[in-house]
Amino acid sequence: MIRFSLVLLFACCLPLSAAVDFVRDVKPIFDRSCAGCHGEKQQLGQLRLDARAIVLEGGVSGKTVTPGEPEKSELYLRVAGTSEHPRMPMGGELPAAEIETIRQWIAEGAVWPESVGAKVSALETHWAFIPPTRPELPVVKNTAWVKNPIDHFILARLEKEGLAPAPQADRTTLLRRAHLDITGLPPTIEEADAFLADKSDGAYPKLINKLLASPHYGERWGRHWLDAARYADSDGFEKDKPRNVWFYRDWVVRALNRDLSYDEFIIDQIAGDLLPNATQEQRVATGFLRNSMINEEGGIDPEQFRMEAMFDRMDAVGKAVLGLTIQCAQCHNHKFDPLTQEEYYRIFAFLNNSHEANVAVYTADEQAKRAEIFREIGAIEDDMKHRAPDWRERMAAWEASARKAQPEWTVLKAEVGGISGEKYLYQADGSILAQGYAPTNHTVELTAEVDAKDIRAIRLELLNDPNLPQGGPGRSFLGAAALSEFEVWAAPKADPEKKEKLDIYWAAADVNPAQAELDQAVFPHKQNKQRITGGIEFAIDGCEETAWSTDIGPGRRNQPRNAIFRLEKPAGFDGGAILTIKLVMRHGGWNSDDNQNQNLGRWRLSYTSAEKADETLLPERVHEVLAVPADQRSPEQQETLFDYWRTTVPQWEEQNARIEQLWRSHPAGSSQLVMMERDKMRSTHRLDRGDFLKPKETVDPGVPKFLNALHAESGHEPDRLDFARWLVARDHPTTARTIVNRIWQSYFGTGLVETAEDLGTQSPAPSHPELLDWLAVELMENDWSLKHIHRLITTSAAYQQSSHVTPELLEKDPKNRLISRGPRFRVEGEIVRDIALSASGLLNPEIGGPPVHPPSPEFLYQPPVSYGPKQWHTDTGDERYRRALYTFRFRSVPYPALDAFDTPNGDSACVRRVRSNTPLQALTTLNETVFLEAAEALAAKTLAEGGTSEDQRLTYAFRRVLTRLPNAKEKDALLSMLERQRKRFESGGLDAKEFVGKASPELAAWTTVARVMLNLDETITKE
Amino acid sequence: MQTGRKIARRWFLEQCGVGLGSIALGHLMREQGYAVAADNPLAPKQPQFAPKAKRVIYLFMAGGPSHLELFDNKPKLAEYDGQLPPEGLLEGYRAAFINPNSKLLGPKFKFARYGQSGAELSELLPYLSEVVDDIAIVKGMSTDAFNHAPGQILMNTGSQQFGRPSFGAWTTYGLGSESSDLPGFIVFSSGKKGPSGGNSNWGSGFLPTVYSGVQFRSSGDPVLYLSNPPGVDDELQRDSLDTLRELNQMRLDTVGDPEIATRINSFEMAFRMQASAPELMDISSEPEHILQMYGAEPGKPSFANNCILARRLVEKGVRFVQLFHEAWDQHGSLVKDLTGNCHDTDQACAALVKDLKQRGLLEDTLVIWGGEFGRTPMVQGGNDGRDHHPNAFTMWFAGGGIKPGITLGESDDLGFNVVEDKVHVHDMHATLLHLLGFDHKKLTYRFQGRDFRLTDVHGELVPKLMA
Repeated sequence: MIRFSLVLLFACCLPLSAAVDFVRDVKPIFDRSCAGCHGEKQQLGQLRLDARAIVLEGGVSGKTVTPGEPEKSELYLRVAGTSEHPRMPMGGELPAAEIETIRQWIAEGAVWPESVGAKVSALETHWAFIPPTRPELPVVKNTAWVKNPIDHFILARLEKEGLAPAPQADRTTLLRRAHLDITGLPPTIEEADAFLADKSDGAYPKLINKLLASPHYGERWGRHWLDAARYADSDGFEKDKPRNVWFYRDWVVRALNRDLSYDEFIIDQIAGDLLPNATQEQRVATGFLRNSMINEEGGIDPEQFRMEAMFDRMDAVGKAVLGLTIQCAQCHNHKFDPLTQEEYYRIFAFLNNSHEANVAVYTADEQAKRAEIFREIGAIEDDMKHRAPDWRERMAAWEASARKAQPEWTVLKAEVGGISGEKYLYQADGSILAQGYAPTNHTVELTAEVDAKDIRAIRLELLNDPNLPQGGPGRSFLGAAALSEFEVWAAPKADPEKKEKLDIYWAAADVNPAQAELDQAVFPHKQNKQRITGGIEFAIDGCEETAWSTDIGPGRRNQPRNAIFRLEKPAGFDGGAILTIKLVMRHGGWNSDDNQNQNLGRWRLSYTSAEKADETLLPERVHEVLAVPADQRSPEQQETLFDYWRTTVPQWEEQNARIEQLWRSHPAGSSQLVMMERDKMRSTHRLDRGDFLKPKETVDPGVPKFLNALHAESGHEPDRLDFARWLVARDHPTTARTIVNRIWQSYFGTGLVETAEDLGTQSPAPSHPELLDWLAVELMENDWSLKHIHRLITTSAAYQQSSHVTPELLEKDPKNRLISRGPRFRVEGEIVRDIALSASGLLNPEIGGPPVHPPSPEFLYQPPVSYGPKQWHTDTGDERYRRALYTFRFRSVPYPALDAFDTPNGDSACVRRVRSNTPLQALTTLNETVFLEAAEALAAKTLAEGGTSEDQRLTYAFRRVLTRLPNAKEKDALLSMLERQRKRFESGGLDAKEFVGKASPELAAWTTVARVMLNLDETITKE
Repeated sequence: MQTGRKIARRWFLEQCGVGLGSIALGHLMREQGYAVAADNPLAPKQPQFAPKAKRVIYLFMAGGPSHLELFDNKPKLAEYDGQLPPEGLLEGYRAAFINPNSKLLGPKFKFARYGQSGAELSELLPYLSEVVDDIAIVKGMSTDAFNHAPGQILMNTGSQQFGRPSFGAWTTYGLGSESSDLPGFIVFSSGKKGPSGGNSNWGSGFLPTVYSGVQFRSSGDPVLYLSNPPGVDDELQRDSLDTLRELNQMRLDTVGDPEIATRINSFEMAFRMQASAPELMDISSEPEHILQMYGAEPGKPSFANNCILARRLVEKGVRFVQLFHEAWDQHGSLVKDLTGNCHDTDQACAALVKDLKQRGLLEDTLVIWGGEFGRTPMVQGGNDGRDHHPNAFTMWFAGGGIKPGITLGESDDLGFNVVEDKVHVHDMHATLLHLLGFDHKKLTYRFQGRDFRLTDVHGELVPKLMA
């Protein structure tokens, strides 16, 4: 403000000259101070100050010039420093006289002779913002080389550069290359023999089809997508709590394996939950958006970190799907691409209406088992109904009496005191939702003022909430809660210090699990003290080692619950009472950083003055049904009522017991973070500088103007599903290009556009722009089949070139951007590991399931390396040798053997891995436990199955690792090492037992040779 | 000469991407009669202008040390003990745990002035008082984050959002490493826990992974998988590496990919690291008086041991050593825990400054001490705890072009807001990069279509802090 007045003051002192002449007075200022960023070469903010039509038209931030009105002209406001946007020029302010010249020029009508300046009326649209069309195939000379259309593009460029393509790679190399590329596993000796024996023309295409049909294809390419989806098995941040989200990982693998069309693949992940009759799979797919980190450290505001997660979701959609860096516009208009901040928040609004939901999920087997259980229960219930034809009348009569017996409960408007770090969100229905940090051992103290003088009972309702684990009602990882003690205190309002504990003489609850010992492995106690869970009496027994638990096992664990606590004497004071309720929770782990709690998740407290509160206890879910008028109940609600009522009928004791038995066989299931739309729309605001504490105007869901138009289904406001469909619309300019570019990147090391995460105006020019468009159109016109693209690439002549390189070629095409040879580079971290497992025969090829814990140094998971103690129970069975895809991924403590090979940790979306070559990698493959076990297993297998002569054995082991045959020099080198080391083991110079656990010099010596083979550059390289 | 070798040589000369240690590569190449590599990601590089600091030791006091008990003497706060903060002070203020409108808590320890500079320090820091004339105490620090993980990530990467390169990564990216067989950026962890921000505190973000910090331990294997497996002696390891090298060389001759030469080099460097790292990490070779000066005991992991190791590592050319000591989150037990923490760290911090100085290393080694934020003047709990506080806190710096013997900046009477010479995290980064020879606006890396830098779009130099 001060600066503004100074400028004006100064300006007033200047002699107001005669009319400003654009060419003489203004243009030189533009040329000197603005043209660098807003000229011919670049047009930041979509503004070109050397072109009349564009200046008079306007840039991203609004009308650049309004003739006659400097104060309405962004150009003037910006140079004068009075705009809400940053002052221009960026490099330093203009002299006051020049600012005045510009002001005067505008005030005088902004006269700009038509003949002056660049003759462009619109900015050139960046190639990536124009929907791709299928280009003509370029004409090439060497048509004999061409195997499919891809080769036209590659060869045309090579011919233009005066280069010839490399010869075709030999068949063994091709075989291993295709295997590593498509399945991420090397071929077995049998597979190699079969392929090499098939001399027909069709052998190679057949191989590609076989590999694309392998379930391992989904694992290998799923990992790529999981990078973009920032998949990890823990929350990140300080607590870095484990999370069960592997259903999403498996969904990705399966979706790719069945070649789910890429448009549906995206729609399911962005809005699968909103599809009509959404399946569990489609809901699980929305885990893509939910892979964001979650901060539950003590001092957080949950809304702040929900917003952080929202920004992360936007970033992931930008990088993974759009191939655009949209997160710049979180704080301000995108500097380079024509994306405004408002448009960013319009996209944001599509994603902003979800619960942070966590739901129970079941595998296919479990779903079948559940269906069977429900069928059997249904049959028993049908039989009951059949045998008691008057059941409807009896149930209605029961309902009437139950309803009559209900006392009037008044909700306590209680507030939580103290500073445990857990955050309490007060809900409209009088309940309290606990979020954020979850202390493992604490007391929630609630106070409420009550005027009644005869409080006879308190009711505690534990409610479901989509934002709790599996819907709650508790906060344990299963959504269960345990209440160690329930205490009621009262003081006169006039004298709050005179607080006295009230005697509770009786309690009842709608669930009373059998007495059980708390699992110390999950909920450790510092002194290993035995703790018990069971029925409601444990909440009022004065003993904190016992607790009322809501957990009656899977299937019914996540239902709402209630308990009633009856006071010995009616409580209350003249002038009102301050009631204090203490919810004591001592049944979590002892260490607040081990993340294991059994806190109440959402609850509501009420009181009654009625005398007979003890006869009225019904399950919470029955209360919920009773609140609905009988004629408005859904069949499910009717069922809920019957489910309960039948248990009150003595004659059905036997049937009830059978049903109870069936429930106990309910499968455990797992959980998944998913999108779940809220009933009440959250309003989205533009956030000043991206600060959630500075909301500006509200924005409606919408898409950026520079991309394709949104076609919402008629009849409603556009929602997330419309957005998902927009992303994969046929006229979307970047979606198809982005994914084919990434597939290309994976095969050839670099994408056709090098910056796979950004195809925007700042991206380097594509190496083969027509090929990119051709592939994008090819994908869309083939029902978005990704396998089709894989098939095209792998059967192209370009892909099948030898990767051998000459110095001349290295000079002309150092990074192989011209595809003048086949790709050759080190495989990804996961595949480095998988090759060792596969070659050694240790690999457990099982697909899917919970993450596994292969050996890893224990200290990494304990303080002071890890913030909190983490559980890493090393697998001992063959789970130890699952593909690296399944290794448990802690964000804050990445698995070291993968971390060394550049695998991303899931903090944010990654669509382009770096590829390093370091001594730490050498140490890992030389000395890490699993690599050593692989060496030993390979040696053992070689001795057992590799023939009898040393030559045979060496060839066998070599082929297991490298597929090809060793040459004579290689054999010599390895066999002479074998000989040297065998002598040392035999002579006792080395201890075989210490090395391989067995006093076998033969095994030990072969293990040393196997170890060398597994460490070769070629072993971990796609040749 | 065979084709492969020729290519390898050219590649090394032109654009070889080698992992750790360019000098080592140089040795290797010289041994083989090749010219030295000119361009690899960790080759020592000249900064943009003559640097004052050539290396960094960053003592990261994770958890948020209380400036009010250690550095920032507030007699007024003592007077106001038990009263509510003045109206208006808390406007827009967010606290992590407490209701911000909680009673003020007077400082728990006595202060006195030390050295020629007369710097004020608490009685908890008797050793630091001996080196106050060598350090610069900055009482005007401020940050944007008041939760641990975001605060640490901001302090280490310049952003609260995960995924950006750390200060150490930027430094090694800008300067490379002088070390022949050690990583350029090494990290230690001591204290009660690991740092809240986890590995991302020393991550390379979108920079090449060779710039990320490598965790070392002061007991057991200093680096993961460093030791030979049981039953493997050096002779076997050497034989294995010779065979590997022979086979890799044959492959290089056949396919011509210079990356194979890099791989050969990586294995050789790994082998040398196997020999050199344990030796380097064995502090029992330090003279008794040095061990005593730090309060270190060989074989017993401690912050003090890590301080000696930091010195040993920078002597070997390691560019950036960062020691995380997560112990400073005193929501309660303020008096007891601070006393304990200072007992564990004060002596070693001061010894490090002294030791670097006596070796002539201090003048071009930047030493940084500080956490992610300070603590509230308001009480948490009864009368022995403080909550997280981002508005004002204290750090100290030494060596490497830092003006010694000064106390810069001032907070208000309550230690709540900075009233003079405020230094935001971004300003600190800008200044430290300047000392390392970089204009923080020009040390950039292009990613996602834009040039990223440690200071994002912020950061002003703090000339008063520089000698």
